[in-house]
Amino acid sequence: MLSILTQPQFIASAISFSVILLLGTLGELLTERAGHLNLGVEGMMLLGGAIGYYAAVTTESLPLALIAACLGSGMGAFMYGFLTVTLRVNQNVTGLALTMFGMGLANAVGSKVAGTSTPVSIQAYFEYQPFHIKNPANELIAYIDRAFLSHDLYVYLTILLAIVMTIFLFRSREGLALRLTGENAAAADASGIKVTRIKYMYIVIGGMLCGLGGLYLPLVQQGSWTDTITAGQGWLVVALVIFVRWHPIKAIFGSFVFGALSILGYSVQLNTTLAKMPIFNQFIMSMFPYILTIIVLVITSARKKAWGGPAEIGHAYFREDR
Amino acid sequence: MTRSNEQTETLAFSMRGISKTFGSVCANEMIDFDVRQGEIHALLGENGSGKSTLMNILSGIYRADCGTIEVFGKQRVFHFPGDAIRCGIGMVYQHFKLADSLTATENIMAGLSEAQVRRAIKSGNDVNEHDVISSLTDRDDSSIRRRRDRNNRMSDLIRGYSERFHIDFDPDKPASQLSVSEKQSVEIIKVLIRGARILVLDEPTAVLTPQETKRLFGVLRKMRDDGCSIVFISHKLGEIMELCDRVTVLRKGRSVDTLVVSEVDTYDLVEKMVGFKIDLQIERPEPDPERLECLRVEGLSYRDEKGVTKLSDLSFSTCYGEILGVAGLAGGGQKELCEVIAGIIRPTSGDILVDGEIITGLSPRKISAKGVSMCFVPEDRLGMGLVASMGMVENILLKEYSFQKGIFVHSEKAREKSSQIIEELDIVTPSVTHPVRLLSGGNIQKVILGREIHLKPKLMIAAYAVRGLDIQSSHTIYRLLNEQKEKKVSVLYIGEDLDVLLALCDRVMVLCQGVNMGIVDTKNTNKIEVGQMMSGTKLEVLKRGVDYVSNN
Repeated sequence: MLSILTQPQFIASAISFSVILLLGTLGELLTERAGHLNLGVEGMMLLGGAIGYYAAVTTESLPLALIAACLGSGMGAFMYGFLTVTLRVNQNVTGLALTMFGMGLANAVGSKVAGTSTPVSIQAYFEYQPFHIKNPANELIAYIDRAFLSHDLYVYLTILLAIVMTIFLFRSREGLALRLTGENAAAADASGIKVTRIKYMYIVIGGMLCGLGGLYLPLVQQGSWTDTITAGQGWLVVALVIFVRWHPIKAIFGSFVFGALSILGYSVQLNTTLAKMPIFNQFIMSMFPYILTIIVLVITSARKKAWGGPAEIGHAYFREDR
Repeated sequence: MTRSNEQTETLAFSMRGISKTFGSVCANEMIDFDVRQGEIHALLGENGSGKSTLMNILSGIYRADCGTIEVFGKQRVFHFPGDAIRCGIGMVYQHFKLADSLTATENIMAGLSEAQVRRAIKSGNDVNEHDVISSLTDRDDSSIRRRRDRNNRMSDLIRGYSERFHIDFDPDKPASQLSVSEKQSVEIIKVLIRGARILVLDEPTAVLTPQETKRLFGVLRKMRDDGCSIVFISHKLGEIMELCDRVTVLRKGRSVDTLVVSEVDTYDLVEKMVGFKIDLQIERPEPDPERLECLRVEGLSYRDEKGVTKLSDLSFSTCYGEILGVAGLAGGGQKELCEVIAGIIRPTSGDILVDGEIITGLSPRKISAKGVSMCFVPEDRLGMGLVASMGMVENILLKEYSFQKGIFVHSEKAREKSSQIIEELDIVTPSVTHPVRLLSGGNIQKVILGREIHLKPKLMIAAYAVRGLDIQSSHTIYRLLNEQKEKKVSVLYIGEDLDVLLALCDRVMVLCQGVNMGIVDTKNTNKIEVGQMMSGTKLEVLKRGVDYVSNN
């Protein structure tokens, strides 16, 4: 068992898999920092994935695919924003509706390109590994190279994004305005912060990041579209944001842990002795990340004082409220 | 003619024909309000008279249905609070608008633009010859240093402002750990740094000790001398007489009159405010001379789930036919004391006895059956005691249904009782089934009080029973409490207004951070003494100090 966990291939695929979760987590984290719980992550990931992948197949251009993914998921997030910010509809219900809507639309769009695989011209982008060491000097370097350095640019840019986002949130003025909005929208308003603008902006940017995460799945990971390709990863993201206590740096490690659990099933199947043990049944294995999610939620809610999240998540802000 | 010209030149702002309705309620109706530069202008009125609404329109929180606002001679339309801030209007809200988990500095900085920071530093330089600030503007521009200086620059700026107005707080503490008066200081600095020349304070003294109030007045006078205009919203007449230059009185959403404070007395103001002459005297009937003990609290301590000590080793007793007041700053343990006695939370240690019988650890229902009744009015009135969306009948049933027989609820009696309470306490409601949420604050409080009185308790806990009430309703409640006292009920009155506590109660216990600072007889004490106890000086220490002075 342990030998599987330390295999460089396992770590490498865990990292590759965690990128999807990390992008989603960063996006949802921004949204929640603005005081909005968007349960539509799954839907936005699917929208970004399907529309982005459709654009990739039809135009064979990576930039256009990225833009299409952002537009698709951004549109979903914008609708969520309009409903929850402007119309002050219940956030949970709206988020769930967004998931359903996204799932339907994504499968409709995706069915047009089902059976095709990622164009070779786009695959080429992801074959470029900027930190790959061609002639490792010794075993250790070779190990590090295979586990951590043989990834495409998308992976490293996502990690960089998490770091940049940390600086943005905790060092910049705009980040402070965002945090204050999520903590106490009335206070932000009274301080001269344009609360509605901030909320819309980060809900939409957050949605776009989810979409970019969703795009990685059909475009790179699987190389083709299958119906409801995310298979519940959007829900892992919602728990991950709580698990990492709304902190982008911690999100890097959090999503790695969840990513590793998600692919554990596949790795175990390759090992013939382990695969025979009933506990490592592939269906049970695929439950692991969700079991961890439940455990995380139980632990966080049991520790009373440590909510740690933005104080006004879920509250609709209405300036003229009395 | 010349005089009016002169006036318009020196006006800080002028609101003309302001109206605002909320649903069917008309909060402001054609109000004109002018404030000159360099004056402290009081806005006086009872609760619900539209003071806060008017000022929320000035600060851009609400938008007026009609009317115009001129600031420093220019007509302005405010779309959101940021617009008002840019015109130099700063508002310190009654319920502070601070994010608890952020530090004081972060709360002040959030939303500040670079231009505002520069202007704040510049204005600091103009007024202040302090080199601290001036040295900051001409530092060399290497990017690393500049980044490091950014935080220093902000804390220096905040320190500069604090020193200028003699305001004191720790800028690195999270807002949740600041005391109420420190929070207020943060709010004041927040608006000053944004370049406010017009400062609006909504009931700023409601939560302060007499000493803190005095300090605040010093700060406000200093600002007026610097040329700022200050709007001071209050219903405390004494403070208006002491601090303000002019006063505008509002009644039921209309502006009644604007007067020069030095030319009027408090009786004139009350008449303007209420509309007719009323007696402001609070009666204090003699307490029952037998002094039979009702409630006894011994060594009571309570720690909340975060491990913070809220009550520590508290001992006192109350007698039948007397009102024992509890004074203290907000969060001094009053709420916890009520909840422990009523059985809602369990004390960490100590005992509570009613008629010599231990009630510690009993369920609220059993304690209630023993004749202890609580009337608690939380800051948000509907948070405790009443179910907001239910009518009076159902709310009265809440305390009774469990004692009824059978499986069905009998509401006829409660219905009768409701009508009786409505009549006795003069409650304005369309019907007994009208949701209490839709009643005005005063009426809601009367419903709670009426329900508790009808349970015929031995011990009645009235916590913040007059919170947010107008003068008349408050006096009705004082009268009701006095009636209870004359019926030999033991009343524990937890209050905020020291003047009222000293006038109404027979004895006053002062709490400071959950510690009993001493119990004083209201016949021979004063506000200063109680104020000192509220800020943490024990009665014995005070008395010793007096002895020391008189001996020398």
